[in-house]
Amino acid sequence: MTTQQKRTHTIDMNSIFNNKGASEQQQETCIKVENLNLFYGEKQALHGINMEMPKKRVTAYIGPSGCGKSTLLRCINRMNDLVDSARIEGRILLDNENIYDKSVNVAALRRRVGMVFQKPNPFPKSIFENVAYGLRIQGINDKRILEETVENALRGAALWDEMKDRLNDNALGMSGGQQQRLVIARAIAIEPEVLLLDEPASALDPISTLKIEELINELKEKYTRVIVTHNMQQAARVSDFTAFMYMGELIEMGTTSELFTNPRKKQTEDYITGRYG
Amino acid sequence: MDNSKIGHHISGQFNKELEDIRNKVLTMGGLVEQQIELAVQAFTTGDIEMAELVIKQDNQVDALEMAIDLECTQILALRQPAAFDLRLLLTVIKIINELEIVGDLAERIAKMSIQLSEATEGKVDQYYELQHMATLVKEMLHDALDAFARMTIDDITTITGMDERVDREYASIIRQLITQMMEDPRNITRTLNVLWTTRAMERIGDHACYICEHLIYMIKGEAVRHLSQEELEKRVKG
Repeated sequence: MTTQQKRTHTIDMNSIFNNKGASEQQQETCIKVENLNLFYGEKQALHGINMEMPKKRVTAYIGPSGCGKSTLLRCINRMNDLVDSARIEGRILLDNENIYDKSVNVAALRRRVGMVFQKPNPFPKSIFENVAYGLRIQGINDKRILEETVENALRGAALWDEMKDRLNDNALGMSGGQQQRLVIARAIAIEPEVLLLDEPASALDPISTLKIEELINELKEKYTRVIVTHNMQQAARVSDFTAFMYMGELIEMGTTSELFTNPRKKQTEDYITGRYG
Repeated sequence: MDNSKIGHHISGQFNKELEDIRNKVLTMGGLVEQQIELAVQAFTTGDIEMAELVIKQDNQVDALEMAIDLECTQILALRQPAAFDLRLLLTVIKIINELEIVGDLAERIAKMSIQLSEATEGKVDQYYELQHMATLVKEMLHDALDAFARMTIDDITTITGMDERVDREYASIIRQLITQMMEDPRNITRTLNVLWTTRAMERIGDHACYICEHLIYMIKGEAVRHLSQEELEKRVKG
């Protein structure tokens, strides 16, 4: 290498020192929660939540059982509408539109906001039909479109190579980890903007867990992801931002690296270091 | 002693492990302080036995460093600590490294004192200036270890501020030694030994400062290395 070539090889010190900035800069907000209160009957489950979730990033909710993190997640695609006693105050803006507005079509909203649950819930159908299901109920039956979409979705969920020769097998014959990736494939087949994941790996073995985490990471450029997890190391590994919730309140939210090395609130510190508060 | 920063984990075993590491660091620190004390005494009195004791003690210091290092590695692997716990362990790993170097510096002073004592057949002068500098750096190291034991950085900039005095002493001793060498070239070998010793002490002061910087990171989570004293004071207060 000549000296001149060497000289052109400069190190961008800013990118080294501002690794915090890398995830903070040019953040476009995807989901904005404003003064959200949620009641189950008399009992208030969420207290005045305000937060912003940036576009195409992973936000993780952590907190002890019953702190409201799943409830908050379910608010984002109005799953709580299905709970009779649930009542909501405040707003959630998805791309600046209030999803609780009367004019919002809930089915259309859920097409934009996909969800994956703790236990994989494939339909008792073939692998192909599971992934194609969302398209079929939209009335798309063109074989070529279906095949293409299923392949892309399975590739996106890192399942294609394993499953391409077994597309007509029943999905219930797959392992738990494969089933979980299958339902992620089903969720992304209809190309949602947001993917909500409620404890997606808690019923899986460590290797399947890592595959799911890798998958969440690979979906980076395409979707805004929100994940609820009890496993703090998992939150630390997969997310860009972490929100700590306690007793229905948002205690602290920040970049994941900051929150896990130097949290600002004592409650957060006590929780992530395993102390009694 | 304030245990609140280490204790209160739901896992009592984890509390014990952290407490154990802290005690080992303090033991190591105590040993190193003793090494400096004895090395300086050996240097000013020409006591060869005492100097040999310092050299022997260095093995203990090294063994402690390796043991603490291993314990930290195990905790990192098994418990995946976060926040203060994580910063504590990272800081311990750095502090024991500093202490190990200080131990080596004390050992060097001890070796110099043996050479010097043999060369002058036990008739050493008292090196009063050196003793003053030694008192300063001993105090710095002691206070830094005390801050670690109490897990507080309230007076930390007082310690780092002392380093300026050490540097002034160092410069003035060097000037004296140069004068001595110019006065009589036969002094050069002896004077060089004194010079290495002075240098070692000055370095001990520096390492005490590094320990202080690590402690600031441990408590505040802010990296404050390579700053001037004024900037450091601002950051600690801010």
